[in-house]
Amino acid sequence: MQGYRPLPGVRDEMVDAEGNIRPLWAGLAQHLTSLSQEKLSENLARADRYLLDSGVFYRQYGTGESRERAWPLSHIPMLLSEADWIDIGKALMQRADLLEALMADLYGANTLVASGRLPPEIVAGNPDWQRPLVGIKPRSGHFLHFLAFELGRGPDGKWWVLADRTQAPSGAGYALENRVATTRAFSDFYAKANVYRLAEFFRDFRDTLMNMRTDKDSRVAILTPGTLNETYFEHAYIARYLGFTLLEGGDLVVSNGRLMMRTVQGLLPAEVIWRRLDSNYADPLELNPVSRIGTPGLVSALRSGNVSMVNALGTGILETRALMAFLPQLSLELTGQPLAMPNIATWWCGDVATQAAVLANPNKLILGDALSTGLSFGPEVDPTLTTDMPHEELAHLIARKGSTLVAQETVTLSTAPALENGRLIPRPMALRVFLARTATGWQIMPGGFARIGATDDPSAIAMQKGGTAADVWVVGDHEVTDFSIIRAPHITDQRSLTGGLPARAADNLFWLGRYIERSESIIRLIRAYHSRLAETGNEGGQLLASLKPLMQQFGIKLDQPIPQQLLNCLGSALNSAGAVRDRFSPDAWSALQDIDRSARRMAQRVSPGDDAASALSALLRKLAGISGLVHENMYRFTGWRFLSIGRLHERAMNISGVLAVLADPDAPEGGLDISIEIGDSVLTHRRRFNVSTTRDTVVELLALDPLNPRALRHQIDRLREQIDNLPGANKNGALSPLARSVLRLHAEIATADAASLTSELLWNLRGRIAILSDEITTTYFH
Amino acid sequence: MLYSLRLSVHYEFDRPIGAGRQLLRICPADLPGVQEVQQCNVSVTPAATERSTFTDFFGTEVIQLALPAGLTELRFDMQGQVLRHRMESVLDLSAPLDQIHRELQTVTDLGLSSPQHFIHASPRIPNDPRIADFARHVCAGSDTACAAVEALGRALNTHMSFDAQATEVDTPIAEAFIGRRGVCQDFSQIMISGLRSLGIPAAYVSGFLRTLPPRGRPRLEGADAMHAWVRAWTGNEAGWCEYDPTNACFVSSDHVTIGYGRDYSDAAPLTGALRMYGKQTGDHSVDIIALE
Repeated sequence: MQGYRPLPGVRDEMVDAEGNIRPLWAGLAQHLTSLSQEKLSENLARADRYLLDSGVFYRQYGTGESRERAWPLSHIPMLLSEADWIDIGKALMQRADLLEALMADLYGANTLVASGRLPPEIVAGNPDWQRPLVGIKPRSGHFLHFLAFELGRGPDGKWWVLADRTQAPSGAGYALENRVATTRAFSDFYAKANVYRLAEFFRDFRDTLMNMRTDKDSRVAILTPGTLNETYFEHAYIARYLGFTLLEGGDLVVSNGRLMMRTVQGLLPAEVIWRRLDSNYADPLELNPVSRIGTPGLVSALRSGNVSMVNALGTGILETRALMAFLPQLSLELTGQPLAMPNIATWWCGDVATQAAVLANPNKLILGDALSTGLSFGPEVDPTLTTDMPHEELAHLIARKGSTLVAQETVTLSTAPALENGRLIPRPMALRVFLARTATGWQIMPGGFARIGATDDPSAIAMQKGGTAADVWVVGDHEVTDFSIIRAPHITDQRSLTGGLPARAADNLFWLGRYIERSESIIRLIRAYHSRLAETGNEGGQLLASLKPLMQQFGIKLDQPIPQQLLNCLGSALNSAGAVRDRFSPDAWSALQDIDRSARRMAQRVSPGDDAASALSALLRKLAGISGLVHENMYRFTGWRFLSIGRLHERAMNISGVLAVLADPDAPEGGLDISIEIGDSVLTHRRRFNVSTTRDTVVELLALDPLNPRALRHQIDRLREQIDNLPGANKNGALSPLARSVLRLHAEIATADAASLTSELLWNLRGRIAILSDEITTTYFH
Repeated sequence: MLYSLRLSVHYEFDRPIGAGRQLLRICPADLPGVQEVQQCNVSVTPAATERSTFTDFFGTEVIQLALPAGLTELRFDMQGQVLRHRMESVLDLSAPLDQIHRELQTVTDLGLSSPQHFIHASPRIPNDPRIADFARHVCAGSDTACAAVEALGRALNTHMSFDAQATEVDTPIAEAFIGRRGVCQDFSQIMISGLRSLGIPAAYVSGFLRTLPPRGRPRLEGADAMHAWVRAWTGNEAGWCEYDPTNACFVSSDHVTIGYGRDYSDAAPLTGALRMYGKQTGDHSVDIIALE
């Protein structure tokens, strides 16, 4: 705290120009001072631990590749007074109404262009003006439902709108996670700091979306571009938090003018879509034809008036920077009022008068692309567009390309405290604020997130440039009883939406089950190999050679102690789990990431034999933990069935293969023991068969025993049970082809004995089990 | 000229396709004073599971279809009768080339035939400096917008050769221009790019062309073609004129219009989202028979 001083000429949020702490911040400042350096580090570590455990991440795009990055939390919250917050809320609601009116005109009669209030080129030349949407009235009556605004505070203490976010605003979910993490760090203080809570805002918006349905059996879904999107975590998080279905474009299909989701029960209606996908990707038929993440026919479903889209397709045009040049005047004309909060001063350089004005005073201006939707000082700014050039050149540029350019005032952002190396430092800050439309009008989220710069340069607030995100605390003047400031009474819809498992999610769960089980099989197999190798020291022995066909079925080459195939398999499990993050427990996710990391680390350094065997045992223990987390914590619904089926299927395949090879009468001595070891049934075998190990005892225990959870019989019993409970398995007593296949398998194994279950028959059964996977795929995942 | 029109499109799939959707822009447009549609029927074989029509932003009637899964072949047949009027060549009333930009600024309507839609780069027609240089060079002596249209169209027709094998439907215009080969789609989109660089709004026109057999030879069935050409806005007074760069001529009564767009992507005759697992082969044939 000591030595914290505002930067010259810059407003600081926490201290005034003399360096005195503002009253709003006094409590937090005192709390921070009261903590020892150790205690503070401990608290901050708690916040980081939370984010790590919940798997909060965003995706960073670099050159060529993208990767997941941990969420960069700035631990010190940004504080705002209730009074400021109410003013901000009123101003932004006015702006939201103005944007709605503008949107209705741009996608309706276009009177603003016709009457000369807007230049035609910023509409007709705008790639975000989606012509196929012109004339389609939103079913909900509104184009805009959920908005974000980027705000900055100038040296005079007044707030400015830096950017409007209307396309598919991100950050609301991260704001929730920031809140939880920050309160972990400052739990004692937070409890008595009169901070408004966020939950109500989300609940009201959830209810609003639920009530936008006309068919109460239809779903509300969040439409995501997919797992590679930079904010996919948030899509999955909000879906889980609000109980909505997370869908990708390919999960939806248009049928008779209605939007339907492909589920394992067939097509189910999806009427309300909270869109996190940019408009032009939403429908390859009528919008961008190269999109592979859209839904063919979506625009036609909108045209039929059967879908409520939040926000409407085409709303991206409102983010256009050049529009900010016209909003002040449009506000007067459309609402009769001046803008309650100005936006960053902007000049469109397409007309002669403006060109002259810009040339007269270029130093305080930033030049930019008129149709860009980025911040004027953002990282994506074109460096060749600058006012920092000789007057002649600038005049020529503006005369030649004026209508494609805007000039914007240079921004000085206020600073807020950030912790760096245990010290508070003032850093530039921009605020992201969220508005949601509910049945009774706009509501503002009492919070949001603040972006904090990595350096003094305002452009360093971008996360791609090392910026961080802080929680925003709206501090009440009195004890906070009602949770939200400006909020309407609401009707809660308590009905939960069960069922409707998207086919793609089912597919991923099935494969997740398979990959986890397959990883275990591979580990057991190569562990058996390495422990025998350690005993005999002989790679060429007959027994080890007999493991080869089993290795081959997984494609394993033993050129490394921990084969690449195992790492691939774990990676595939992670991919499948990543695609169903909304249905997957964060603990299980972290555990899966952990084992993936461990395996990769071990692969670097273990040596064959004992060393590898003990490393593999460690991995096996971790894997058992994951199976526990997944299976013990998952609600026993359809999704869990597919996960279980994947696991049972893989285990059945594996154990029949092991027996066919290692319990074959011609297998080398020791094969039976390895079978029991791979089948994790050493103790049981000893207890059940107090005699020497024979083919009969091994086949009895690992194939025929319904009580042994490792036995083939047990897998088939469970598979049959799960498949019989899948949608459509049994229609009025008639079994589906899939249910019939598993019943036949069941009959065969239930009536077999050790003598009749020859290696040949085991191979045969294994082949038929393999076919089950195809049958499941064609029945449920297409 | 009264024409009987026939279009057949035929696809074969070597593995059954999944369910899909298709948009068809294959019916002649009803354009008062230019062409009148007397009749138009489209059949789909096997039958579509859903079928409806809508009018797109540029006024073209679009048939939208949902197709069942499991098809191994697919046919679209259009049969129509259309009266196309001869476009008389009149005095050049177009704006001076150096004034076209200023005239465009006076147009503030954004309706379907507003030139404002056709001056900017579009999905298939980015700004291309080489094409712009070419256009500036060949139009150096053109005083009026209309003269520039003709000069550029002729120059392109000389510069490029028609070659159905040289390009695909999604070949970038820059590539076709550099290779100096292509089909009507490439000729038209390159010309549009050039016109826009000169400040002349230009649209893509999709339609049919009657090809006349060489003197003394019989007309071959199916020899006519789906075609594309250019529509240019030459000022407030003259409005739009149409030029066919593939044949180096202003459009008159041998052309039958389906619709307009900023480029091929707005006006493609067939737009599909089919789930395919194997190869597809297809062909189409067009017959235009003058009835009187």
